[in-house]
Amino acid sequence: MRTASGPARNGSRSGARLLPAALLALLLTLPLLVGTALPARAAEEVTTTEATVPSGAGADAVELDTTLYLPASATADEPAPAVLLAHGFGGSKESVATDARDLADRGYVVLAWSARGFGASTGQIGLDDPRYEVADVSTLLDVLAERDDVLLDGPGDPRAGIAGASYGGALSLLAAAYDQRVDAIAPQITWNSLTTAFFPDQTGVVADAGTPAAVPRTEDAGVFKRTWAGLFFGTGSVPGDGGLLGGRTGNGTAGSTAPADGAAPADGAAPADGVDPAAVQALTCGRFRADICAAYESAASTGTLTPEVAAVLDRSSPAGVLDRITAPTLLVQGTQDSLFGLGEADANARGIAANGTDVRVVWYSGGHDSSASDRVTTELRDEVADWFDRHLRDGSGADGGFRYPAPTGLAGGLSAQGGSQTVSAAEYPGLDGAAPVERREVELGGDTQPVVTPAGGSPAALSTVPGLGAVSAALGGSTLEIPGQFAAFDSPELTEAVDVVGASTVTLTVAVPAGTATMFAKLYDVAPDGTMTLPSGLVAPLALTGLSAEPTEVPVTLPAIVHRFEVGHTMRVLVSSTDQAYALPADSAVSTVGLAEGATLAVPQVAGEVQATAGSGRWWVLLGVLAGLALLGWLATVLLGRRRRRRVSESAPDGEDVPLRFEGVTKAYSDGFVAVRDLSFEVRRGQVLGLLGPNGAGKTTSLRMLMGLIRPTEGRIEVFGHAAGPGAPVLSRLGSFVEGTGLQPHLSGRDNLTLYWAATGRPLADAHMDEAIEVAGLGAALDKPVRSYSQGMRQRVAIAQAMLGLPDLLVLDEPTNGLDPPQIHAMRDVLRSYAATGRTVIVSSHLLSEIEQTCSHVVVMAKGQKIVQGTVEEIVGTGGAVLIGLADPADTDRAVAVLAGLPGVGEVERTAEGLVVDLGQTGRAAALAALVEAEIGVDQLTPRRRLEDAFLSLVGES
Amino acid sequence: MSHATDDPAMVANKAGAGAGTGAAAGYRPERTLRLGVELRRQFKRRRTIGVLVLMAALPLLLIGALQLGGTEEASENTRVNLVDVASSSGLNLTLFTLFATTGFFLVVVFALFFGDTVASEASWGSLRYALATPVPRARLLRQKWLAALILSVGSMVLLVVVSVVAGGIAFGFGDVQTPVGLALDQGTALVRLAGMVGYLAVHLLVVGTLAFWLSTVTDAPLAAVGGAVFTTVVFAVLEQVEQLDGIRDWFPTAFNYAWTDLLQTPVDSGDLFRGVVQGLVYSAVFTALAVRHFARKDVTS
Repeated sequence: MRTASGPARNGSRSGARLLPAALLALLLTLPLLVGTALPARAAEEVTTTEATVPSGAGADAVELDTTLYLPASATADEPAPAVLLAHGFGGSKESVATDARDLADRGYVVLAWSARGFGASTGQIGLDDPRYEVADVSTLLDVLAERDDVLLDGPGDPRAGIAGASYGGALSLLAAAYDQRVDAIAPQITWNSLTTAFFPDQTGVVADAGTPAAVPRTEDAGVFKRTWAGLFFGTGSVPGDGGLLGGRTGNGTAGSTAPADGAAPADGAAPADGVDPAAVQALTCGRFRADICAAYESAASTGTLTPEVAAVLDRSSPAGVLDRITAPTLLVQGTQDSLFGLGEADANARGIAANGTDVRVVWYSGGHDSSASDRVTTELRDEVADWFDRHLRDGSGADGGFRYPAPTGLAGGLSAQGGSQTVSAAEYPGLDGAAPVERREVELGGDTQPVVTPAGGSPAALSTVPGLGAVSAALGGSTLEIPGQFAAFDSPELTEAVDVVGASTVTLTVAVPAGTATMFAKLYDVAPDGTMTLPSGLVAPLALTGLSAEPTEVPVTLPAIVHRFEVGHTMRVLVSSTDQAYALPADSAVSTVGLAEGATLAVPQVAGEVQATAGSGRWWVLLGVLAGLALLGWLATVLLGRRRRRRVSESAPDGEDVPLRFEGVTKAYSDGFVAVRDLSFEVRRGQVLGLLGPNGAGKTTSLRMLMGLIRPTEGRIEVFGHAAGPGAPVLSRLGSFVEGTGLQPHLSGRDNLTLYWAATGRPLADAHMDEAIEVAGLGAALDKPVRSYSQGMRQRVAIAQAMLGLPDLLVLDEPTNGLDPPQIHAMRDVLRSYAATGRTVIVSSHLLSEIEQTCSHVVVMAKGQKIVQGTVEEIVGTGGAVLIGLADPADTDRAVAVLAGLPGVGEVERTAEGLVVDLGQTGRAAALAALVEAEIGVDQLTPRRRLEDAFLSLVGES
Repeated sequence: MSHATDDPAMVANKAGAGAGTGAAAGYRPERTLRLGVELRRQFKRRRTIGVLVLMAALPLLLIGALQLGGTEEASENTRVNLVDVASSSGLNLTLFTLFATTGFFLVVVFALFFGDTVASEASWGSLRYALATPVPRARLLRQKWLAALILSVGSMVLLVVVSVVAGGIAFGFGDVQTPVGLALDQGTALVRLAGMVGYLAVHLLVVGTLAFWLSTVTDAPLAAVGGAVFTTVVFAVLEQVEQLDGIRDWFPTAFNYAWTDLLQTPVDSGDLFRGVVQGLVYSAVFTALAVRHFARKDVTS
């Protein structure tokens, strides 16, 4: 029974150990992972369908490349609302694929398309022209209206929202103005007026606005935003990459995949040798419509806003048609945006809210200058989805009020560890009856200063690198101001932090003999050490006209920013004459700029609550989960411990008499090597058992299995009747020295012994330390570090360590290796007298003589198998066969006859050395006497050691 | 040499005393390798003492370096970092010390204490005697793990305490100046500092438990320590690859600087929480792997 249960028990034991480990991992992993997961959302099966949709008529007919994302939940029985997703300038329907999937996962039928002139759609870029791009949206709404899985508000009127960033954002605003079927829109980082965006002029103050970021609209003159305009138009005219703009929208992923097939010959015009006007247009304008191209060329070459250019830009601007928008609008604008600043969203919000339409404004840290962090992108997706849930579905989804990134003192939205926080206010100030924005007056000081405008506009100040937010962030928001070209006005050192949320205003006095001037107003953050940072890298261009040599008061709206001016810093209003991002006058001039009488900086402030990302509640949840797991782990330990104790308590009845029993023990390794095969033997109390075998016989492996270091693959090992295995308590009755001393080299011999015993946790009195130390016999050397010991000294300390606590079973592997002859002799005495006390000793050796002199019993092993077992006497051959050497070989026949005549003697064998005979019951003395009596000269009579022969032949083989 | 003698009758008595489990008298598994004993063994090692001395010396070195260095170069550096304000108070020095050691130094310390546990015993050959004592394998791991945790966290605390005290003596016991000019008063700062140490302990536990797992796999302490440090460095390099994007947030080394969030007011605990949860999960996984491997392992060292 015992043998049969062995392997099975081994199996269950390892299972029992594996179980808690696996459980621990599982228990710890699951709830915590769930805890960190994004807001749970039922992921839907989404199928996508690519289709080409014809739109427009006549010469302007195009084929739009579309992708429909259809969630499984949208069916004819349960139609779902739809969302049109428009992409940014230079992108294609692929750049909104992630957003499309996200919305489809939330149950919306999503239609993404490449706008005409982009991606695989045909046609030319009309810059969100109501006749073309906006009409395309109507066509797509028709397509949606025909689907039975899209919810309808009426015949031909799908329940649909539009979302998009930048170019797509303006399109959604314009579409909502021109097509009343649009039910909700979520435009992001887009423009109100392209005229203002490309020819900004922040002279003046929007008097009755009351909103935080109200920035004056350009009326008839502005400063041409040269670099941005070049990028914007360059992206359209040299298609292919388009990543520069498309990637900054914080919406699509960087490097949009617009195919390069939209290169110059898109209209079918053959590449010509520069004479074909169509080819010239294709080369210079790319996929732009001719009128837009002409307007850009005019603006870029003159840097001035002509009525023709203004007409083209105004057509593409929502500014003029905001009063037609009735679809609830979520305006998302970025604080890192020198192309379409916060003022654009502000103007849109005011215009749309004036109709009584529902408007919500959200600012985030990002924009055309710097892509949003992953977290912010995710948050914005949630905001957009919430907006559509609220207005396209059942009205669920909270109106989160006005949100803006928490002001920090860091330039460029750079924060220590992405720890961006959001501030939430109940409403956007000054909008739709809400209280106007609160303004804090900050005192400014500074004399009137001359400002030089250099001829040709060079050298020029460097404030921001459009579209390359990363670059300006790497510069740490540092800027370059040219001495002599600016006037600066400082606040006193701040005694409390000032948060600027929106566009500050200030009134300056400017004297310009020429009457007109271009200037740039900025609000710098000056640290106590004098370091200047320009928040968000934004400047307010001023196109000043109607001035004279006499100082004239000029109200100025500074850039709309979100920034904290820390304690000890100063706020500096700086007016410079140049900026590399803008078109500059060619003529040199000297102006004077000063502060108006009693002028202060009016800083907009919006009170709100910092969103604690989740509050402290979840920390308590975490603590609770950990405590729960600890409790579970404790319970499991107790239960498993109880089970284990029951198991180890089982014992064989004859256990005390059999300190060690191997039963059919086999150790096979996974590579097929069998170290020990079917080994069975018993050791009785008081025996000194020798385990004899050549190197590689499996002796050490057997001892390691006995110590619980290696698990047998089969069979059972019992120590005092209890199963031996890893951690079996019965092993505490075992002392061992196997292969190497295991002493810690940096400790003295004494410390090694003391610490070893301390680790057993047993009482010091049980250690019999003095006796062990005597066995070691090191004298004063015992207190030196082990690393200074000789091999023999280490060996003795290790044997002493094995004897600590006088174990009932002492296992020594090659104990006399490295000892000198007197030490070997002494060691033999120690072992014999140890066994004489009723304890049991097992010694392994590959030396027969060693075993012969030390042991009472022996087990001979070779190649992992037991060869023979017995007392040393039996094995060594007393009483058994003898070898008889005769003095005269001639007597052989007579001797054989004499021996054969003796009682009980077996067959006599003739060998080269002499006669070999098994004397049986006849003693050696009697046999010798009989031979002598027969006058046969006996040269020698020795026991014949069959074992040794066998052993040596095995050794020889191996 | 003397002869160990004993009365044969006593042998039988002894066996009787361990009745049930068959254990020797006085042997109780839960008393084997007590924490005090393990710590005593560790403190007898020069390595332990060396690390502690280094921990205490590092802040002093930093103080010396900061006082040597000219101020001109520092002011030219417009990038926001903690070194600019390191010498404004003792607490600032502590923050800087933490900042400077988070990426590598503390990683090595944790990897060292955890990676050395089982592998060093295996390399000395003392592991087999401990297991034959017998110290149950799970208990051996638990005690080694706890001892390593105490030593690693203890080293970090020592570093922080020496920084605060020595920095305070050198630069004054003033308020904390954050790089953006924000000030934290001393009481708040000390509480936050405790939070930072706690966070770092959990975060670095990931490296520690990784080293611990490796320690059960290999018999060479250097392989375990080096493997864990190397893994950390590899992840730190991968963290620089922008293309990996959101995947980087799932790295075991992610959020290693999230403790700097504790400098904000109010504290944004988003990254901290995720860092703690992720750290605990990774640590649990690595520890479970270690337990699983060691429980099944054939000890052949």
